[in-house]
Amino acid sequence: MKKFTYETVIHYIICLILAFLALLCILPIIHVFFSSISDPKLLTANKGLVLHPLGKATLDGYRLVFNNNTLVRGYINTIIYVISGTTIGMIETIFAAYVLSRKNVPGAGIMTFIISFTMLFGGGLIPTYLVVSNLGMLDTVWAIILPNCVSVFNIMIMRTSFKSIPDGLVEAAEMDGAGHFQVLFKVVLPVSKSILAVVTLFYVIQHWNSWFHTAIYVKNRNLFPLQILLREIVLKNSTQAFADGNDPEELNLMKLLVKYAVIMVSIVPMMMVYPFVQRYFVTGVMVGSIKE
Amino acid sequence: MMIPVLAYFAVFCYAPMAGIIMAFQKYKPSTGLLHSKWVGLKNFTTFFNSYYFVRLLRNTITLSLKDIAFSFPAAIIFALMLNEVRSKFFKKTVQTISYLPYFISLVVVCGLVADFTEAGGVISNLFAKLGGPSGGLLSNPKYFHGIFVASNIWQNLGYSSIVYISALSAIDPQLYEAARVDGATRWQQTIHITLPALMPTIIIMLILRVGNIMTVSYQKVILLYSPATYDTADVISTFVYRKGLIDNDYGYSTAVGLFNSICNLFLITFTNKLSKKYTETSLW
Repeated sequence: MKKFTYETVIHYIICLILAFLALLCILPIIHVFFSSISDPKLLTANKGLVLHPLGKATLDGYRLVFNNNTLVRGYINTIIYVISGTTIGMIETIFAAYVLSRKNVPGAGIMTFIISFTMLFGGGLIPTYLVVSNLGMLDTVWAIILPNCVSVFNIMIMRTSFKSIPDGLVEAAEMDGAGHFQVLFKVVLPVSKSILAVVTLFYVIQHWNSWFHTAIYVKNRNLFPLQILLREIVLKNSTQAFADGNDPEELNLMKLLVKYAVIMVSIVPMMMVYPFVQRYFVTGVMVGSIKE
Repeated sequence: MMIPVLAYFAVFCYAPMAGIIMAFQKYKPSTGLLHSKWVGLKNFTTFFNSYYFVRLLRNTITLSLKDIAFSFPAAIIFALMLNEVRSKFFKKTVQTISYLPYFISLVVVCGLVADFTEAGGVISNLFAKLGGPSGGLLSNPKYFHGIFVASNIWQNLGYSSIVYISALSAIDPQLYEAARVDGATRWQQTIHITLPALMPTIIIMLILRVGNIMTVSYQKVILLYSPATYDTADVISTFVYRKGLIDNDYGYSTAVGLFNSICNLFLITFTNKLSKKYTETSLW
């Protein structure tokens, strides 16, 4: 028998507050989900949260999204950018972290300074824009992938993690005549799975969610990633992305459905992935907060 | 092995720094960096004397301070509350759900914010019912800061509490054991054991945050503001963006951006020094 004390009451109140907060976190998503399968006419008239499908549930919104060339193209573009951007970022990050994690590297101090200083100070928006423009990258895929493809923070957390590998492991491999690449790929990387997972996840999120670079560097609609199209549909209420081939009256009703459906389509991949990598990013955050 | 990385930083970080020269020029793309007219500090004095200077500085600083005042303690309180939960399953579930908004893209978050707070949106309607003004909240300059901060908390609460939760799990359980033997209540344990143990983490996080006062998430502001709310929403970096990329006033825009970067550099160096002196924890 548990005694009913003051402290148990507090405990239950805390649990209630937490449950309420958790509810607040998902309510907007639930609202979007049920809106996306509601009858658009009822949806226009509705004023509160949508917590069940209004009218007969319909998949019209999703049908429109997946039959729309611009949106499908945007989705494919995003996937391409995520894969290539993450690959480039990971290669650069791993190399840099490996070099900086080794002892007795000539110039390591200066290189660390060169890299970290960019966290504190930069040229700013316009000078960066002009560099990208002078390189002839405007309106190309490179302007979307390359600027910001490496993050100083990611290099630093990976370096910290590599440093924690026992020296004996690396030295033994070097005694056996392994070169730097062999040490990196056969010794360091196999024991660093969790930091690799974390940093990969960080890059994937960054590229999946990125929109600003495209917005300033790219005008060619065929290169647009999903986020830019989302901005048009969700924030600018533009129907440019799916206007062709639909009559205007139907379009206005459909606009709402498409809006909610496209939000769902864009967030579902991330929502599926993150619970599984959750335990990794807890380690990632911790490694990052350890000071040198 | 360092070559690709150094090349990246040379091209995308250090080459732009050379471009800072245009802050002192009447820059024209046709004449380039080398041949544009030199105007000295004129771009800066124009900015300091303009009507925008006070407004931008005020908005940047108040928006940041409000964000710190609410988001910062929220994450700590959330972590402390989670720490009190006895059921492992409940704790894990709440944590997982609270991380979810962090993984939603800024564009979608702002889309949701707009959907809820525009005229006819769920939150706008709720506000009107409670006696607030009818019409959209998002287009009302009075509410921009509130919307900005609240949506920041919504998106980052769970994620920013991770650091504290990990720090909490590192506290030696024997301390609590001993306190219980001495008859300390849960509340006393929180005040005398948990909080002191969290202090170093809290201070580091606070330094980081204060050092960034002049950097407001401009991407978010750009997505959420409109000419109707410029009065409270426009911050230095969004002004740089508009002047530079929309009005193509490169020299002036770079000067304003440079002013912001220098303030930032100064602030972070200063907070780091302070913390080195008083807490022995510092970033470098």
